Parts: sequence; C-alpha cells; structure tokens
Amino acid sequence: MLLQQLVNGVMLGSTYALIAIGYTLIFGVLRLLHLAHGEVFMVGAFAGLQLVLLRHFGPLVALIGGLIGSALLGMLLELVAFRPIRRRGNSQLAPIVSTLGAGLVIQELMTKYFGAEQTAFPSNLHSLVYDLGFVTVTGTQLFILGAAAISMIILHQFVTRTRYGIAMRAASENIEVASVLGINVDTLILLTFAVASALAGIAGVLVGLNFNAISPYMGIDMGIKGMAVMLIGGLGSIYGAMMGGLILGMGEVLSVAYLESAYRDAFTFGLMILILIVRPTGLFRAGLNIER
Amino acid sequence: MLGSYWESVAIFTAINCLMGISLYIPMMAGLISLGQGGFMAIGAYVCALLTKGNVPFGLALCIGGGAAALAGVIIGTPALRIRGIYVMILTLGFGEIVRVFFATFEPAGGASGMGGIHPLTELWQVVLATAAALLLVWRIRHVRFGRAMIAIHEDDVAAEAMGINLTRTKLLSFTLGSLIAGIAGGFYAHQALFIDANQFDFMRSAVTFLYVILGGAGNPFGPIVGAVTVTLVPEMLRVVQDWRMTVFGSLLVVMAIWRP
Repeated sequence: MLLQQLVNGVMLGSTYALIAIGYTLIFGVLRLLHLAHGEVFMVGAFAGLQLVLLRHFGPLVALIGGLIGSALLGMLLELVAFRPIRRRGNSQLAPIVSTLGAGLVIQELMTKYFGAEQTAFPSNLHSLVYDLGFVTVTGTQLFILGAAAISMIILHQFVTRTRYGIAMRAASENIEVASVLGINVDTLILLTFAVASALAGIAGVLVGLNFNAISPYMGIDMGIKGMAVMLIGGLGSIYGAMMGGLILGMGEVLSVAYLESAYRDAFTFGLMILILIVRPTGLFRAGLNIER
Repeated sequence: MLGSYWESVAIFTAINCLMGISLYIPMMAGLISLGQGGFMAIGAYVCALLTKGNVPFGLALCIGGGAAALAGVIIGTPALRIRGIYVMILTLGFGEIVRVFFATFEPAGGASGMGGIHPLTELWQVVLATAAALLLVWRIRHVRFGRAMIAIHEDDVAAEAMGINLTRTKLLSFTLGSLIAGIAGGFYAHQALFIDANQFDFMRSAVTFLYVILGGAGNPFGPIVGAVTVTLVPEMLRVVQDWRMTVFGSLLVVMAIWRP
C-alpha cells in the first residue's frame, strides 16, 4: 500500500518537477517570474490531445506534439511579452504584468476554442497492467515515469555537455559577463524559453494521461504548484526543482492517502510558505542571490 | 432612480474600486500582492456568517475587515523579511490557502458554497466606503506615513538610513490594504448573496492587479479608473464582454511594453 502510494507520488512529482525546471531555467537566466508558464503547460496538453483525437496517434506522438506546441508558444511569448520589455530597460513589474496579461489571453482563447469543460484524454495504455508482486503499475504509469526520467536525463546531458547548455548555465550565473564572453544573449534566451516550454508541454501531456482529463483551467493550478516547487528547490536550481517536485508529489499523495484529499493543496502551500519564511533560498543550495 | 440592474452594476463597480485601492496601498510601499482575493474571501465569509447570526451589517463589516486585517498582519510579518518576487509568490500561495480553506470549511458550506445571505449592501454605503478609501490614499501622501511608504518604494535602504521604520511602515500598509479588501469582501457577499471559494481564486487577484495597472499605478485615482473601466466597458459593449480577458490581457502586455 505504502509502496503503491510512493509510485503514485513519484509520478505526480515528476510532472511537477518538469514544470518547475521550466520556471527555474527562465528565472535563472532572466531573474523573472513567468506567470504564463502554466498556460504553456496547458496548451501542450491540448496540442497532444488533438493529435490523439484527430489522428489517433499513440501517446508518444502526443508527447512530441505537446513538446513542439509548447516550445513554439514559449518562444512566441519571449518574442512578444519579454523581449520588447528587455529592450526598454529592466523593470521588475513590467514582465509580471505582461506575462499575466498573456496568460489571461491564452486561457480565454483556449476556453473559446475547446470549451470550458474537461476533456477526456484517451489512451490505449490503460489496459496494460503489470503486476510486479509488491506494486501494480499500469502502462500509463510506466510511460509517465519513463518519459519524465528520460526528459530529465536529456536535460542533464544538455546543460552539462552541450555548448548551448553550458552557455545557459553561464548566463544564469551572470548574464552580462556571459554576453561579454561572446554568448549571443538573445538567441540563448529564446533557446531557454524553448527548452523550458518543451518540458512544460511534456508535463502537460503526462498530466493529461495521468488524470485522463484536461481543461483550459488546469494551467493556473499547475502554474502555481510549479512555482511552489521551484521555491522549495531554490530559485534557479535545476536539480533542486527535480527534488522539490518529488517531495511535493510524495507529500501530496501521502496526505491524500492518510489524511484527507482536501488537505492536498493545503500541504503544498503550507510547505511553500514555511520555506519562504524559514529558508527563502530553498532547501538544497544557497540558491541564487536575488535581492529584488 | 437607477434600474436595479444598473444599480447592481454600480455596486460591483464600487466594490472593485475598493479592491483596486486595497492593492494600491501596499504597492505604494513597494509590496506587490497577488493574493488580494484571499483577503476578500476572509472578509466575505466572516461578514456573511455574522449577519446570518443577526449581527448588524455595519458591525459585521468591521469585524470582517478586521479579520482580513489580522490575516494581513500574519502574512505580512514574514513578507517583511523577503522582497520583490518572493513577496508575490508568498501572497499568491496565501490566496490559494485561503481558497482551499473555505472550500473545505463545512460551517460555511464547503465546496458547494454558501447561499441565503441577506441582501444588505446598498449603493450609498459602498460609494461612501470607496470615497473614504480614496480620500485616505489621496491624503496619505501628505502625512508622514505616506511619505515614508513612497520613500521605501523608491529605495528602501536609503529610506531606512533616513530613519524610517521599515518594518512598521511596510506592515501597516499591507494591513491597511487587507482591511480594505476584507470590507470589499463583506459588501460583495451581501450583494452577490451566494459565495463559494472559487469566486476568490487567483483570477480575482489577477483582475484586481489589472485594475491598478490599467488605471496607472502612479496616482491614487489609477485604481478607480482601472476598476471602472474593466467593470463597465464589458457591460456596455457585448463584443468586449465575450472577449473580456483577451482584450484586457492584451492591454496589459501592451501597457507593460510601452509604459514603464
């Protein structure tokens, strides 16, 4: 029973982690809060769903579709809502305002187009059930775990081995020095948005598969939780976001299992506020030095 | 005088003005709250529960506002240690906790909401409250406390060096904001007559933010102008009503880019 809950926790946690990594990548490079990131996640879920519904593709194609859809939206947001503001000098409030606005627009457009109700997310994986003796996992669960794990491994390889990944890490240490060292900052930021949003898109499809339902309003909730996870892991820390996601996923699943389902969200935000008060730099490392 | 429909629109407009002001006051001291919906919820629920127990409306409003202000003190105290983005995340998380709390709070109907609230809100009361709040923010710049807030907004280190008590000023501005949001919530509950936790979700806080930004965060009439515009324009133009968030969201993006 406990083990089964832990599997569920890891599954939920890994989708939180994917979203939080996106937040943290963008925060690392730009020191900005991206309030439309939850909507990017939601659009990824819908892009994946469309492929499943209209073309009867399997979950893997849906995953790739969600990834591409979200990445494109993320880059669009950077070009429309971030870049013009950066050109006009740095203000803390302006990007918050513009991403909040962009999020409202995306949400309403999606509601108009797909309707406000929840849509079922069909998948051919539900029928497969594997009994491993101590736990049973469905095909969907295996797919989610596998996809999340592979995405994180690829991301790790990307930020440690490739030129662009290393440039991204350099920029998150100090973007001005990075640009002096010959990194094209605009391209890099666009790339950061693409990677961050692609991860959110993957998470969108995975959440759709997991809960078997998506709605245009799912972005708000997940967006806020992703923010909580980023905070738990420490702003700007990729590995912190991974751990934070797992902690939050476990905590939520366990509090549903052993307390009451209503306490699930209370756990999340309680933990978040506690961390803000006690240790604003996050649990895992000194975090970035963000004064304002 | 006014039709009952327009009277109701006028009341909601005035309530939204109050919400705008409630966000504007902490913003004067550089604290940006994304959780005003949470304070509004506290005011609404406390006030509605009290009038159901036959407490006079005026007293219930004060207690509702007081409860929200108390929450403001509780949430504002840790917010003093952190800045900028952290304050936003903190208030956002607070708003969600309040929503979850009332969604599971059975004495107030839990997730199915609370109905049967007495229709006690009258237009003159809300207008009076709004006028009083406006007078407060307008005059506040001319007293010591208001100047201190503005100084903190400009540069808090310098302000502290000038002998301004950072803690007290920030906390007071935050509490004042939550008091006004709580009173707005009380009015709201006795006009809407039915409340549930989802009416006070992140969207409520985001729209409140919209009022202040659209109206212009630089002067006390900004939140009023913003709230009136955002509330009335969709009532008058059907097209705008259908695409409300698209229009206002795009406006936010445009304003962020072209106005500092």
